[in-house]
Amino acid sequence: MPEPKITMQEVEQVARLARLALSDAEKESMRRELDGILSYIDKLRALDTEGVPPTSHAVPMTNVMREDEPVPSLPQADMLANAPERSGEFFRVPKIIEE
Amino acid sequence: MLTDLTIHELAGLFRRKAATPTQAAREYLDRIAALDPKVKAYLTVTGEAALARAAEADARFQAGAPLSPLDGVPLGLKDVLCTRGVRTTCGSKILESFVPPYDATVTRRLKAAGIVILGKTNMDEFAMGSSTENSGFFTTRNPWDLSRVPGGSSGGSAAAVAADLAAATLGTDTGGSIRQPAAFCGNVGLKPTYGRVSRYGLVAFASSLDQIGPFTKDVEDAALMLQAIAGHDPKDSTSATVPVPDYAAGLGRGVEGLRVGIPAEYFIDGLDPEVESAVRAAIEILRGLGAKTESVSLPHTEYGLAAYYLIGPAEASSNLARYDGVKYGLRVPGSRDLIDMYSRTRGAGFGAEVKRRVMLGTYALSAGYHDAYYGKAQRVRTLVQRDFQHAFERVDVIVAPTTPSVAFKVGEKADPLSMYLNDVFTIPVNLAGLPGVSVPAGFTRAGLPIGVQVIGKAFDEETVLRTAKAYETATEWRKRKPELAA
Repeated sequence: MPEPKITMQEVEQVARLARLALSDAEKESMRRELDGILSYIDKLRALDTEGVPPTSHAVPMTNVMREDEPVPSLPQADMLANAPERSGEFFRVPKIIEE
Repeated sequence: MLTDLTIHELAGLFRRKAATPTQAAREYLDRIAALDPKVKAYLTVTGEAALARAAEADARFQAGAPLSPLDGVPLGLKDVLCTRGVRTTCGSKILESFVPPYDATVTRRLKAAGIVILGKTNMDEFAMGSSTENSGFFTTRNPWDLSRVPGGSSGGSAAAVAADLAAATLGTDTGGSIRQPAAFCGNVGLKPTYGRVSRYGLVAFASSLDQIGPFTKDVEDAALMLQAIAGHDPKDSTSATVPVPDYAAGLGRGVEGLRVGIPAEYFIDGLDPEVESAVRAAIEILRGLGAKTESVSLPHTEYGLAAYYLIGPAEASSNLARYDGVKYGLRVPGSRDLIDMYSRTRGAGFGAEVKRRVMLGTYALSAGYHDAYYGKAQRVRTLVQRDFQHAFERVDVIVAPTTPSVAFKVGEKADPLSMYLNDVFTIPVNLAGLPGVSVPAGFTRAGLPIGVQVIGKAFDEETVLRTAKAYETATEWRKRKPELAA
């Protein structure tokens, strides 16, 4: 058996970072599937990329600027219309700060 | 039947007053009512709105003043493109009731051209998949064989065109999600150059790879659709300021003297022999039309897929952070605090494949793995891009299979990796940001469509479409239609 690419502990840590609640069954299948995918991805290691610059975007462009002209925003009521819960003109969320 | 016709044929009838947009819209809506319970291409059908817009188009043709070559033409839009006032789900339970307050730029441009929206088409959740089996709602069926998938992620859009449930549709292509389903369903699917079409209002999956394009019944229609949606948009800073040519004008110029590259790495073990012989026959036809073919090498092809499955999920894990139950979409009630609410909402709202990619992307970007995975993938992306640059120093277009196989059975590819391998010939094109089109190239003995892919230089959709048109004109595949009884 080759060493697993990803442990259960790592799966739990990544799920915490990603804000994903996973059931125990999901965690186990996730570990197994990610292990398979990461093993496949390992073929990249065979490639020598020393001195090759990274590409983050197919079309090179930096700092696209536009004229600083004020234009109307979308109406507040429209932006609030999809909120699961709101309070007046605010999005309402569960308590963040402990009393 | 008006539903058999291409956009340009339909538009000709409208102009000659031999048919009206209302007649066309009604025929399509009737056909959707009769056949879509089998094909399941649409997530939402907007019949009333379609008829209202068709009536407006009728009046314009009556007055002899159509807005564009697309005026009054009934279309479907992939449900990842925002439509003001019409539910846009991205195929996800987390957005089941999301109603966008604005139109995507492509939606706005098509509306300004006078088109009639029939509805929103099914897709793999957040465009992650190759079969529509990852849709949060249901699986679309391939009109050529209802036990098979239509491909994905834009499977609803491809199936709708193949079954004559829309004159044309829009899809999106991040790793092959237009070209692969077009090949599986036997229609024309065009992925434009990255930056050619504004992504404003396209719900993001992988922002450096996503691009919007059409599914059509022939190549001329693809040119008309691209014309309507291409061009710079101040609302998408990655949309290019490169001038938009007249795509229909050069279509008929033929391929005499055109240099066509055949990449050795696309004819590999695992390529279905029937697909290979159809693609080789297509190359022979181009040669017979005067094209000069030569072998080219894209040596990093086999690494493209692995790089993509780091870059795509990395970008997705960041883009999908917005689904947190606060501003729109699902919220799971009864949480003890904010983070618990985020986690439980995302755990309940996302399907298995989306969770897998968010996990993979988060892992690849996390401390200690960033350079080994994400950084490495970005360097490999440079190598894939250079492969194409070198090839395009010698040839004008590259011709290759769109997919290694034809449409597979629903449920056949249960292992995620075997599903991913389906995109091996389409992904490098996204990594390099190039335009590509899949065109019907015949059928297997079992009657399933095969696609041939034409890949071009950045912003050279004209040559891609011209090559596709020359091949299409020399063949009759387009005339065959799937048999679908209500």
